[in-house]
Order: sequence, then C-alpha cells, then structure tokens
Amino acid sequence: MSRNGLLIEYEYCTGCHACEVACKQEHNYGGGVCGIRVDELVTAGPDKVQVDNVPILTRFCDLCAARTLAHEEPTCVKHCQASCLLYGPITELVKEMEKRPRSSIYAPK
Amino acid sequence: MAKNKDKVTLSTLWSAGCGSHGGCGCEIYVRDGRVVRVEGDKNHPFNQGRLCPKGLAIPQYMYHKDRVTHPLKRVGERGEGKWQRITWDEALDTVEARLKDIRAKYGAESVIFCQGTGRDIGGPITFLMYAYGSPNWVQVGLAGHACYTPRLGAMFATQGAYSVADCSQFLEKRYDSPEWEPPKYIILWAQNPAAGCHDGFFGHWIIDCMRRGSKLIVIDPRHTWFTTRAAIHIQNRPGTDGAIALGMLNVIINEGLYDKAFVEKWCYGFDELKERVQEYPPEKVEEITWVPADLIRQAARLYATNKPSAIQWGEPVDAMPAGSVVAQAINQLWAITGNIDNPGGNVIAKNSHGVTTYPFSSAELTKLYGEDLVKKLNEKRIGANDYPMIKNFRGWVQPDVLIEQLETDKPYKVHGAWIQTSNIIGGQAADPRRHYEAMKRLDFIVYVDLFQNPTSMGLADIFLPAATICEKESFRSWWQPLGVSVPAVEGVDEARSDWEINLELAKRLATTPIKYNTVKELINDRLKDGNTDYDKLRDKGCWEYPPEGDPTRPYYRYQRGLLRKDGQPGFDTPTGKVELYSKRYEEWGLDPLPYYEEPRESYVATPELAKKYPLILTTGRRSPVFFHSEHRMIPWLRELDPDPECEINDQTAAELGIENGDWVSIENAHGKIKMRAKVTPTAHPKVVTAPHGWWLPETDGKAPNLFSTWEYNINNLTTMGNQGKSGFGGTDYRSGLCRVTKIKD
Repeated sequence: MSRNGLLIEYEYCTGCHACEVACKQEHNYGGGVCGIRVDELVTAGPDKVQVDNVPILTRFCDLCAARTLAHEEPTCVKHCQASCLLYGPITELVKEMEKRPRSSIYAPK
Repeated sequence: MAKNKDKVTLSTLWSAGCGSHGGCGCEIYVRDGRVVRVEGDKNHPFNQGRLCPKGLAIPQYMYHKDRVTHPLKRVGERGEGKWQRITWDEALDTVEARLKDIRAKYGAESVIFCQGTGRDIGGPITFLMYAYGSPNWVQVGLAGHACYTPRLGAMFATQGAYSVADCSQFLEKRYDSPEWEPPKYIILWAQNPAAGCHDGFFGHWIIDCMRRGSKLIVIDPRHTWFTTRAAIHIQNRPGTDGAIALGMLNVIINEGLYDKAFVEKWCYGFDELKERVQEYPPEKVEEITWVPADLIRQAARLYATNKPSAIQWGEPVDAMPAGSVVAQAINQLWAITGNIDNPGGNVIAKNSHGVTTYPFSSAELTKLYGEDLVKKLNEKRIGANDYPMIKNFRGWVQPDVLIEQLETDKPYKVHGAWIQTSNIIGGQAADPRRHYEAMKRLDFIVYVDLFQNPTSMGLADIFLPAATICEKESFRSWWQPLGVSVPAVEGVDEARSDWEINLELAKRLATTPIKYNTVKELINDRLKDGNTDYDKLRDKGCWEYPPEGDPTRPYYRYQRGLLRKDGQPGFDTPTGKVELYSKRYEEWGLDPLPYYEEPRESYVATPELAKKYPLILTTGRRSPVFFHSEHRMIPWLRELDPDPECEINDQTAAELGIENGDWVSIENAHGKIKMRAKVTPTAHPKVVTAPHGWWLPETDGKAPNLFSTWEYNINNLTTMGNQGKSGFGGTDYRSGLCRVTKIKD
C-alpha cells in the first residue's frame, strides 16, 4: 500500500498561517513547535517583485495520525483557507501534481 | 487527541475570541466542561470548514491566565493598577447608582457609549444606550469615522443600498449555485483580503474565485501575494485613490466603454458626471498618483469590457481625504458598467431576512427604537448638527468633534463613559495621548472586556468581564446567512455575555420598562422579522438563507421592484435611479459629484514638511494572526508575528543605514515610536508601512507605561481634526509623512 503524504499547492498559499495554528491546536504544541511552517519567499525579478508563500512540513508532523485513523482529514488540510493542501496516498498525489501549476509533495514518516 | 468522547456544539463565530467580523460556522469540542478545540464547520456555507488562525486559537484565548473573569473595581488612582475583585451585585449596583446620578445631575447625553469595531456589540450597546437615554454612541478616536461608514454612506447616497463583491456568498449552494458566475476581473482596491474577514467578507473567497477563473487588478502601494498574481498592479501614492477612480471613470466614459443601456435606464446625472471627470485625464492622474497613464487606461478598459467584474475594497478608502467622496467615485465605476446586483458583479447586500442585529443606519435604529426617541435624542448627538450626512445616515457621534468637546466641555460636558470591547488608547484612536488626557477628566468610566489593556488600565473605574463567543447566545444577520451563536460552555468563571450584561443594566436604568426577561426573548423578538427563532436556527445547524423571492436574496432586484418601499422598480434614492449626481449629497450641503482632494500633509500639500519627513507613512497594515489590537498575549499567534514590524524598501533602507531586523525610530511632527524594520523590495521606495494596535501585554501595565503603548502604537503619529466636509474620512492613518532612523544600541 502506498504511503500517505501531503500535496502542497503553494501557488495558492496566501501565508495566512491557519495551518500552523490548526497544527498547534491539534497537537497542543507550544514554545514555537509546530508540524508545519509557512515561509514567505520574496524575489525581486527584473520587471516585478514576486511574493510567494511556501509551507513546509517539520519533523513534528505526524500527518494527524489520530485524526486520519478516525477517518478525518489532517487539521491543516481541513482549515487551510486557500484550500491548497491535499492528503492522500502519494501515488494519487503525484497524479494530482501533474494538473497543478506549482506544487510539492511531503511524505513524513 | 481522541475527539470521539467530546461533546460538539455547532455555532457561529463573530466577536470576542476570534475577534473577527466574519460569521464562520464552527464546531466547538467540549471535554469535562472545558472547550478543548474549535474547528470549522464543513456544512456552513460561509467558511466551508475552513477557519483562520484567530478562530483556531480560541481555546488558548478563553483559558488564558491573564483573562479577566471576575468583576473588578479600581482601588488606587487611575492607572495605578490596583484592582479589587468584587461581586457582580456590587459591580452592577455601583454602575447603576453612578450612571443614575450623572443622568440626574447632567442629563443622559453626558454619558458616551463606546464600542470598537463592528461586531455583535452594536446590538447590545445601542440597546443599553437608548434605555439609558443617551444619543452618544461612538468609536472614540476613530478619526473621520474611517471604518466602513464612509463607504456605506456613499453607497446609501448613490444607490440607496449597499453592495459587495459577489463571491456567491448570498446563495446557500455557493460556487455550485446555477445562477452565480465568477467575476471575470476582481479589482482589489486597497485591501489585503488574505489577512482576515474585513467588513464581514471572508477574504479567501477571492482565492476561491481565482481558482474559478477570476483575474485580478490590484490597487496597492505594496507588492503583495495578490499583486504577484494580478494582471495589473496599480502602485499608487498612498492617499490618492480618489484620483485613480476619477481617472478610470474618465477613460470608461470618454472611450464609450460604459453600459449604455444600464446608464440610460437606471442612472441619473450621467452628463454631469461626464463633465466632471473631464478634469481628470489619465495624464493628470499620473502626476497626482505616480501611476503611468497607460496603466490606468488598461485597468479601466479591462474592468469595463469584461462583464461581470467586481470591486472588493478596503478600509483605506474610508481613510482617504474626503473618504465618502472617494467611495462615491468607486461606486460609480460599478454603476456605469452595470455591475450592480448582477451575478459576479457588486451584488446588493442586505441583512439576511431583514433581521437587524447591529443597527448600521439611522433607518435601522428607527425601526428598533422608534422615530420619536431617535429624533429627540439626535438633538444632542455630538457632531450630528455639524454634519448633515452624519445626522441623517448613521446614529454615531463624529469622533473628531467628540475629542474637542471632551477637552472644551462645549456645548456640554461629558461626565461618564461606558466602554465595551474597545481599546481606545491602544487601538483605534488617532492621537491616543490626546484621548488619554481628555478621558482622564471623566467622572466615571465602566469598562467591559476580556483582558486588561492600555485603555482599561489607564481609565477604568469598574471592569466587567465579558464572555467569548463560545460562552454566549447571540445572533448575526450581517449580510448572509442569518445565524445564531450557541454557548458550548457557561461563562468562564464569572464572565457574562455583552447581551446579558446590557440587558440587566438596561432593566435597571431604563426610564420605560424593558419588555424582555431574558436575552433569548430579546433575540427571538428581533428574529421575528425573519419568521424564525433562536431554537429553530440552532436546531438547523445555526444558519439559514432567506427563502426564494425574499428581497434579501439576489439578483437584479431593481428590475423586480424589491428595493423601494413603494414596490416600484428602481433604486431607493430620491430619483429612483443610481445617482451619479447625488441628490442626497446635494441636500446635505456637499458636492453632488466626486472630486480629488490631496492629503493634508504630503509632498504636494506641505513640501517643506516633506523635506523634514521624506517618507510616506501608511498605517493599519493587517496581520493575519491578530485582530486590530487584540491577541498579542496569545502564544500560538504571537510566535507567528512576535514584534511590531514596519516595512521599508531595501534600497531606501540601505541609504539610511538600516538592516533587516534593526530596531528603528519612526517619527513625524506628531509623535515618535519604535518598530523593527522589515527590509524588503515589496515596499515602495517612498512608503513605510506599519501595523496598528501594538502594545506589549508582557510589560508593565501601570501608568505611565500602559503596556508600552506609547512606545509601539503607530497611531501616536496620527492626528484628529482632518475630517472631510461630510464628517467622514480625511484622516492621516494611511497617508502621513515620517522619517525613519536606526536606533543605536
């Protein structure tokens, strides 16, 4: 069976931080610990300044094991205000990745 | 965390806790009598399961060690920070006795009723104020009343109703509704919707529309995530948005791109508008705004020739010089292109089912409290007699007039204040020091809130602990849908809901008996307009859209006779049309047509001052993890935005010897504070952007420090007394001048 992971469609991440606080609430993390982090990426191109946001998973992400066991999606996926996170088998996520402009897959274990 | 043993309550989030304007559906999980988790409700059409950081942090907010959960009385001098816990009986008896005494000696108008931003507080605070007999409802210090009211007033005058960008929020099936279509273009006008749910609009609906094909035109002095993805970025000089709107009107009219059939049939005063906008050719607008004339032309053409398109605008529009005029000009853009009450345009927004929770307008106040009372009290409403638009449109005090009156005691002295969930000094007030000094002169101040903050510490005599949204019964009809908030737990310790506190005091203070025994009776009485009640709505999952044919449902209501009291087609204005030449503005002694006004202090208006303070200061930058001055004490949120941080352009910073992360002093003719510098190419070389509402709850709360509000609150660089001719707008929140220097260690 394929392992599960997260597809992060970072083209649409607005940097709202909902995933981070959802993660902290779910796991009761404190002191800055969190399973996901959103970084702002600013690039001064030749004709335009570009602002992107890139969520990355940390070693504290357990893909919300307790929730997925109860057939609920990970809390960051549910609460992402831009709906840019997708949870599922990595093989399925790869197919989704082909359809989207800018995305990455994380597979924490 | 195992969730299956937890009791789940569905509710609607609005107000304290998340703090926000939105009406997100939520699931509140309770274990052993405590809220352990708040999640989004997937079945709720407003947020469809999503939730913002502030909503997700509610459990940490509710059970925070510093939350005030018992009534307190001040036992030292004001600002000394000496408080004594008292019972609710003692607190209410004291408030009742003092307020009755002030009323007997000086009249009810000598007590002002102060709220912060537009949340469910508008219901309870007016209920108490009118029961007491005062007309003075105010957001103290909110210069030029610059938060939605200028835009609402302009739309009321122009089209007799309010409009918002149509992201399908008025239909329960949302994006799947067959009658809806996505806007082809959305103009994001001076707003960062990703930061929250401004004006009751869930910001990420914009992203939902982008995924469905909407393209963006963004008007913003900064480079942002949205400008990165926009077809056109109009990077204008802060404060000049009125000229942008007039320039776009000029292009659309002169190039014949407007909706001729709509204008012919449904608009009044087109020829006068056409004549006026001849004063604003794109080349002149370029000089004013720094935006290339061709870019203005392109934006105007794209917007006008792609129908439907929508405009989503933000608070900076209100804060412009002559804010209500800028709003009028923007309203005219969607009017002459026929993007009004059409799917994917600027849909007319009415309170769901015709229910009033928060009486925005004089009309709603009159409906709730009776014409005789409202008219009688208006005679003494502060600022109402100076500004006909303020007198006739909305039941507020004019804040710039208020501060003068607080200082001069003319035409009468203010003796008391009821302040409810409003951090005046650390939050909205321009020139907070002036407000602090003026309000210290009051005889008696009641403060109702959830945490101590600069205002409560500096001014309160009695502190009453309010409940979060998870602890109270409330209801919401701000646009759609109609909803109720359901308590998942009792008030933490002794906290009580704003409705409960105000109903109890209204019973004690009213001059005519209050007919409601309980909050639920009051809510049900108001829900009667929607043919429903609290329990029915709760049992349905907390929300309901109005039935087919209801005038609070879209679209094209002007064609169907659903906007006017007489049931005729048309708009609810004096001429029955969208008034491009505003009869109401004319009646109120204002220019019926839009014009451009320069900020009071700017390179153009005060070139000498600009030599001393060579950068433009725009304040009020929103953080996605804080709501105004709230949430700085919530660890989950604060660690994401730990310091007050101003944005400064990288090249400008290099010239000033400032590096990323340096502490800098921001200073102008009105004040000086410090912030950390975020050095970034996203900032315009001439513009410094600062967040508002910063104070440090971890520092000394006692006066004079007051949680460091004088050191970090950017409003110390802003002023009162710049209000526009209508009384609305004209502030320097968004377009002041400043200089920035590195603070040496």
